[in-house]
Amino acid sequence: MFKRYFAVFTARNREFFRDRSSFIWNIFFPFLLLFLFAFIFGNSQDMFKVGVLGDEDAYLSKPQIFELRHIQFIPYEDQDSAVKKLQQHQIDMLLQLDKRVYWVNRSSPKGYMTEQLLMSKDSEYQRREVDGRAVRYIDFVLPGILGMNIMFSCLFGVGYIIVRYRKNGVLKRLKATPLNAVEFLSAHISSRLIIVVCVMFILFFGAHWIFDTLMFGSYLSFFAVLILGAMTMISMSLLIACRTRSEELTGGLLNVASWPMMALSGVWFSLEGAPEALQTFAYMLPLTHIVEASRAISIEGATFFSQADHLIFLTVMLVLFSGIGAWLFSWDSDHR
Amino acid sequence: MNILSVKNLVKSFRDVIAVDHISFDVPEGICLGLLGPNGAGKTTTIEMLEGLVKPSSGEILYFGELAATDVSQHVGIQFQHTSLPDHMTVKETLKLFASFYTESVDLDELIKLCALEDFANRDARRLSGGQRQRLLLALALVNDPRVVFLDEPTTGLDPQARRNFWDLVQKIKAKGKTVLLTTHYMDEAQYLCDELLIIDKGKVVETGSPDTILSRHFDGVLIQLPKDSITDVSHKLDELTKNYSETGSKFEILTSEVDATLSELMRLGIPLQGLQVRAPTLEDLFLKLTGHQLRA
Repeated sequence: MFKRYFAVFTARNREFFRDRSSFIWNIFFPFLLLFLFAFIFGNSQDMFKVGVLGDEDAYLSKPQIFELRHIQFIPYEDQDSAVKKLQQHQIDMLLQLDKRVYWVNRSSPKGYMTEQLLMSKDSEYQRREVDGRAVRYIDFVLPGILGMNIMFSCLFGVGYIIVRYRKNGVLKRLKATPLNAVEFLSAHISSRLIIVVCVMFILFFGAHWIFDTLMFGSYLSFFAVLILGAMTMISMSLLIACRTRSEELTGGLLNVASWPMMALSGVWFSLEGAPEALQTFAYMLPLTHIVEASRAISIEGATFFSQADHLIFLTVMLVLFSGIGAWLFSWDSDHR
Repeated sequence: MNILSVKNLVKSFRDVIAVDHISFDVPEGICLGLLGPNGAGKTTTIEMLEGLVKPSSGEILYFGELAATDVSQHVGIQFQHTSLPDHMTVKETLKLFASFYTESVDLDELIKLCALEDFANRDARRLSGGQRQRLLLALALVNDPRVVFLDEPTTGLDPQARRNFWDLVQKIKAKGKTVLLTTHYMDEAQYLCDELLIIDKGKVVETGSPDTILSRHFDGVLIQLPKDSITDVSHKLDELTKNYSETGSKFEILTSEVDATLSELMRLGIPLQGLQVRAPTLEDLFLKLTGHQLRA
């Protein structure tokens, strides 16, 4: 049993690495995207952002800095979350109007500039200092790109191959040997999983090395989320490919499955503030859960178990898809 | 001993009966040829024997026992149309398939037997037609099977490659393997098969060794005359014998007494220019039994 499984597993790995074009594309394309975004969003806005805490009354005697142009003032209710934004350089300074104190991030050049502006206008404000590295767009988008890469690699790398094998008779040939469906499928699934994990490591640590991307949470939790996500995507792909012998239909179905996720799962932009209906739809897509959970771990330092709702959703999908897929699976789908 | 026995095998798809109560036995070590026009039910029959298709009813006995799942360990199959996993060399493909079985033959010997040495490390997609068929045959032999199924193994090959392949099949037979062959080439069947099973419309229409079947249906030889050398010929031929037929540009007369027929033809004043005498072949038999020409 294991011998047969391992032989198919090795053969599939070999096939992947020898298919040079798709191999290079799998690694090259995500890097291309990262470079593109690093370039586009690297130094976009030059306006200062200042967070403001305080009761409504406090606005009656606003500090004079409010009169300056090119500064965006963003009100916050909660001091902790505002400080966190400051730590991540999403705002440049934080003002507490009632107590006349301000926080500034020691490692932020824009924080230094806004501080100079405040001192020149309202010198009575008391200084508080925080520290923390900036969360750039590239830090935000990296979990998204990893998730997207996993999605495409798993959806097309398993389902499409199986349908092609079924169509050109490879599956029928294999069926005539003692190899059974469980051995065949598990070999294909684990081969793809190993490949996805390798590519994921290359991408993550490559980006870390080139762009010095952030990781506030645990690496183990981060990769665990992505691996669970990969398994869910593979099971979805198997379900799509369980019976059909039409490559066109499968290609269509895989595109129908992948493109909404690519656009709506928060790969590129946060879903916060998106219309309610869109959010409801987005949360039915597995990629949304993969991206949100891994992003929370990497840029917010969230723990694995704090992402339980996402993880449970992915697990349920995994069990459901693979169960139905295995039940419906057919070698040659001639319904004989 | 019968290595394979088939009893009242039936397969129906919705309202079509593809295989209609077929029964036959295959003694160990012979080459059995399954012949029949396209759509006769050959492939369905073979696929049921291979365990790929479930019979609607009937029994298939291997080695005297009901076919079980581990039959695939003792059976080798060469499909007519089959692709192989991409990006693998000849040797890697053989290794992959060898790993599926509990026992396999020595791969180097197999490569030698099937004359694959020169391209053992070539990508299997870059083989010529003949080389590819030899690889598919090698795959069928990788588990040292007792029964080998060959489904139209030489379709699309040039005459030289076909001859090579036939030699290979003879070698396999010499090793004591039982071979089940389907083919549309009657010369192939005549050359390789010890027994024939001719199927049409899902039923067995004839069975026996090629020579037995031929002598059962044809008493004598065929005399062929070009059509255009005689006018009003059917009238004259009717006088001579009822046993004639028209095929293409020729008339064919079946006779057991060549001398008498020839002198009769001369007596009737039919010119003998272009006349040929030949023994009936399986192709003639096929025409007679199924009424339509085999397509290659």
